[in-house]
Amino acid sequence: MKTIIVVGNGMVGYKFCEKIADRIKGKGFKVLVFGEEPRAAYDRVHLSAFFGNRDAKALEMAPMEWYAQNGIELIINERVTDIHKTKKTITTANDKEFAYDYLVLATGSAPFVPPIKGVEKKGVFVYRTIEDLEAMLDYAEEIKQRKPNGKAAVLGGGLLGLEAGKAVMDMGLEPHVVEFAPKLMPRQLDARSSNVLQLTLESMGISIHTGKATNSILGNGAITGMDFGEDDTLEVDMLVISAGIRPRDELAKTCNLELGIRGGIVVNDKMQTSDPYIYAIGEVALYNQMIYGLVAPGYEMAEVAVNQILRASDVVMKQEIDMSTKLKLIGVDVASFGIPYMPADKGLSIIYENKTKGIYKRINVSHDGKTLLGGIMVGDAEDYSILHQMYLNNMPLPDNAEELIVGSRGEGGSAFGSAMDLPDTAVICSCEAVTKGAVCKSVLEDGLESVKDVAKATKATTGCGGCKPMVTDLIKESLKTLGKTVKERICEHFNYSRQELYDLIKLKGITDYDHLLDEVGNGNGCEVCKPAVASIFASLYNETANRQESIQDSNDRFLANIQRNGTYSVVPRVAGGEITPKQLMAIGRIAQKYDLYTKITGGQRIDMFGAQLHELPLIWEELIKEGFETGQAYGKSLRTVKSCVGSTWCRYGMDESVSFAIEIENRYKGIRSPHKFKGGVSGCIRECAEARGKDFGFIAVEGGWNVYVGGNGGANPKHALLLAEKVDKETAIKYVDRFIMFYIKTAQPLQRTAPWLEKLEGGITYLQNVVINDSLGIVKELDDAMQALVDSYVCEWKEAVETPEIRERYTHFVNSDDTDNTIEFVALRDQKMPKEWV
Amino acid sequence: MIAHLNVYETVSPNEVKVWFKAAPISKFPKNGGACIKYKDKQIAVFNFTREGSWYACQNLCPHKMEMVLSRGMIGEEHMEPKVACPLHKNTFSLKTGENLNGSLDAIATYPVKTENGFVYVGFSE
Ligand code: SRM
Ligand SMILES: Cc1cc2nc3c(=O)[nH]c(=O)nc-3n(C[C@H](O)[C@H](O)[C@H](O)COP(=O)(O)OP(=O)(O)OC[C@H]3O[C@@H](n4cnc5c(N)ncnc54)[C@H](O)[C@@H]3O)c2cc1C
Ligand code: SF4
Ligand code: FES
Repeated sequence: MKTIIVVGNGMVGYKFCEKIADRIKGKGFKVLVFGEEPRAAYDRVHLSAFFGNRDAKALEMAPMEWYAQNGIELIINERVTDIHKTKKTITTANDKEFAYDYLVLATGSAPFVPPIKGVEKKGVFVYRTIEDLEAMLDYAEEIKQRKPNGKAAVLGGGLLGLEAGKAVMDMGLEPHVVEFAPKLMPRQLDARSSNVLQLTLESMGISIHTGKATNSILGNGAITGMDFGEDDTLEVDMLVISAGIRPRDELAKTCNLELGIRGGIVVNDKMQTSDPYIYAIGEVALYNQMIYGLVAPGYEMAEVAVNQILRASDVVMKQEIDMSTKLKLIGVDVASFGIPYMPADKGLSIIYENKTKGIYKRINVSHDGKTLLGGIMVGDAEDYSILHQMYLNNMPLPDNAEELIVGSRGEGGSAFGSAMDLPDTAVICSCEAVTKGAVCKSVLEDGLESVKDVAKATKATTGCGGCKPMVTDLIKESLKTLGKTVKERICEHFNYSRQELYDLIKLKGITDYDHLLDEVGNGNGCEVCKPAVASIFASLYNETANRQESIQDSNDRFLANIQRNGTYSVVPRVAGGEITPKQLMAIGRIAQKYDLYTKITGGQRIDMFGAQLHELPLIWEELIKEGFETGQAYGKSLRTVKSCVGSTWCRYGMDESVSFAIEIENRYKGIRSPHKFKGGVSGCIRECAEARGKDFGFIAVEGGWNVYVGGNGGANPKHALLLAEKVDKETAIKYVDRFIMFYIKTAQPLQRTAPWLEKLEGGITYLQNVVINDSLGIVKELDDAMQALVDSYVCEWKEAVETPEIRERYTHFVNSDDTDNTIEFVALRDQKMPKEWV
Repeated sequence: MIAHLNVYETVSPNEVKVWFKAAPISKFPKNGGACIKYKDKQIAVFNFTREGSWYACQNLCPHKMEMVLSRGMIGEEHMEPKVACPLHKNTFSLKTGENLNGSLDAIATYPVKTENGFVYVGFSE
């Protein structure tokens, strides 16, 4: 029995275990792993996802049971403190000693904290572990309790620093990024692309400070600011240091392994350290005098070490290591590959720059114009994967190399064929070293059809996820060669996505569900396609739910939300939450008359519960007489526009938020959409209306309104993103009009704006291009469509009450005037509620 | 009054003793349902116009014992006609009453016929 001890259970240490697990079964090897963190290895690359969901479990590489099931002993919460080379043992912080035959050091690296005066102050963080994130989140929460507009800075404008910048912004703090170099991402970007990136980030609300050396951290105990010298300071409440990494080579020092001048354990191409029984892999290993701060090279090192230790093959680490990267920052595309920039004597560069669209692309080509040496893309990295592959596989360039970057795929097609043109050996997923051949085989030979299944079988896309678009393309294309197509279809009755159906209905001018089924569907429909189609009809023709009542969701069919005992709620519109005493009394009187339970809703209006079906038209008749309209609390349509009191009364108000909220709620009322949507208008950045938690929101600032879109409360809260800054009211409305129409046109059924925007390729930048810069040339169409909806609004409850045939639907029995005698209420405080379910 | 499940039992066409004249066809929305009262029973009747057929079942949803099924949407799944409860979207076969998306009790179904513009539901008592 031989013992392999692995020190460090991070991403690479885990990968070593995963790769060795299958190959040692019954071979007389024992693997013992020590991890210092309080949990098993997790996906550090996607650490930022933790900000959104605080779900540590979702990040784990494999559950604890996995190790045991695979005969690997994992001891967490235990740091290894010494190596005794000659005895071949290690000792841990608990003074326990363990013997090894092979030792693998996978201790990774730690964030580098520059020796700035005051870095030990409260509120200064690094960004590496789940515990770091938890501490940051808690601290941010504390700041927000204390003051309305807390600020956070990130020290370091590299790949990780920008990710951290986005993270603090998502935490609701005003984000600042401070970089010592004169440009962002100095290692990956040239000055011009860095400048384009800076402009885009600034438009997203992240302030960038380049060329700043931080002298000291200010504050008494806790950070209050940063001092850059010469009276130049920045007030901040929190700081995240992201100034590079330092390999954790302290163990090597305990046994005199060879180290690099600036740290890192020196390894040869077999991943052996200066002691042949000790290996080092991942971010602690210094290979070719370099520390590679990426997972892909770390995984390759793990593969090499496994092979060497098992004497399975003589695979060694290759000389050239690909350091291409794509930034995961949602909202801006940034990628660089190969040699991103270089002096002119090494090759020629082709550069495309469009500052208005925030796009910069550069490719570097050899002097003979035959090979791609590298490149940079900012603002549009759609073609990154394929360019990266051309570079890696030394593929021949087209005659006009500039075609590779000018003109996106959308406009005028692409200069390179499809991903299918790549050689089978091309490595598509560099994290998991999966080739194009392997992806295609899983479809062509193993019969897989979805990205999910292919990912499970090949592991492609499971690392950084950067290869996902290309893997998706390959699956689609492979399926095509099999004569299959991949489709998002609504349900078994329509072989179309919602967007396709929308276009078909419009094109053919179809107005009837039955007619649509006959023309383009099959079978008799179901509860999935009926409401989806009803919503499309409503968006195209603004027809109310009354005309084709049996394709409406049951709540729309009766224009009210069904409650737990089969009774209904009644919610009149109270635009912007503004209501007169007279209207309040009217609601009070009517609710009392029909013995309804009343409550103020979370949407700033009043809900009356407990109405029986036959009472609905009676109640609405009275409400309408008092001047109320339906509040569409039931529809997938505009709900409420929440307001704060604003400048009319509030001492901080910058503008009239209530007036704006009423105007906009009345503008969008009745408009049906793929899912419900809500708005908010706040009079200043204290944001009392929670506008950034809504599908659209306006916040008054000095000089105009900031427009936000794609926010969500509910199960997966999300802050809305900045669409435009400091615009006047008319412009703000115009942008939101277009945003809503574009969403209505393209979203999937029951997809709210936040997940829609998240899925939208190109994200907020793309959306800005569509609604502000008219990049698709559809702005006029969107404007006209919205105006038509606004102009044709009718209150559907008024329609129902005044039309005898519609009114007739509101009866419990069609053969008797009796009411439903199974409905029972019980007392609740001074009101009533449905009897409990049994 | 509490709704009881056990008053509802499937009646097959050959067990029909009473054809109850429920209401004129026009009272039942196309491709939708309405509720009728027979003695102390509430029965949901569906006019599946597209299929050219009629179905009837108990109005009581066995999930939470609410009288709501007649207000559900109808449709089909792999050729099986079904109704979706408006409260939590559980679906039931209109032919067999079986719960299609879970393991709730089946609902009782009843024969329906139309004659001279009227809808009749078949009961065994
Ligand atoms: C009545 C109310 C709760 C209250 O007593 O305050 C309420 C009640 C319901 N909400 Fe809500 N929501 C109410 C405010 C909210 C809010 C707060 C807000 O609007 O500021 C939210 C979070 C904000 C948001 O939507 O992003 C909210 C997020 C949800 C969600 C989650 C949506 C999501 O994207 O995750 C659902 C489920 C859904 O729509 O699929 C939901 C669904 C429902 C339903 C429709 C559930 C149902 O199908 O029966 C409830 C209907 C009650 C009824 O019959 O009227 N309700 N709901 C509030 C009515 C507001 C109004 O005046 O119209
Ligand atoms: C926020 C963030 C985003 C990133 N994004 C990307 C990206 O997009 N693409 C990319 O390629 N890379 C990215 N990286 C880098 C990537 O996470 C690292 O390259 C990778 O985690 C390195 O793996 P490792 O196993 O070498 O080190 P680690 O993952 O750091 O694991 C080392 C482990 O060893 C433990 N350890 C150290 N010393 C001891 C000891 N003496 N005893 C016991 N245990 C010990 C440590 O506690 C740690 O758990 C990102 C990193 C961060 C922090
Ligand atoms: S939070 Fe849940 S229980 Fe409360 S009203 Fe909304 S849907 Fe109903
Ligand atoms: S009550 Fe019918 S599904 Fe819940």
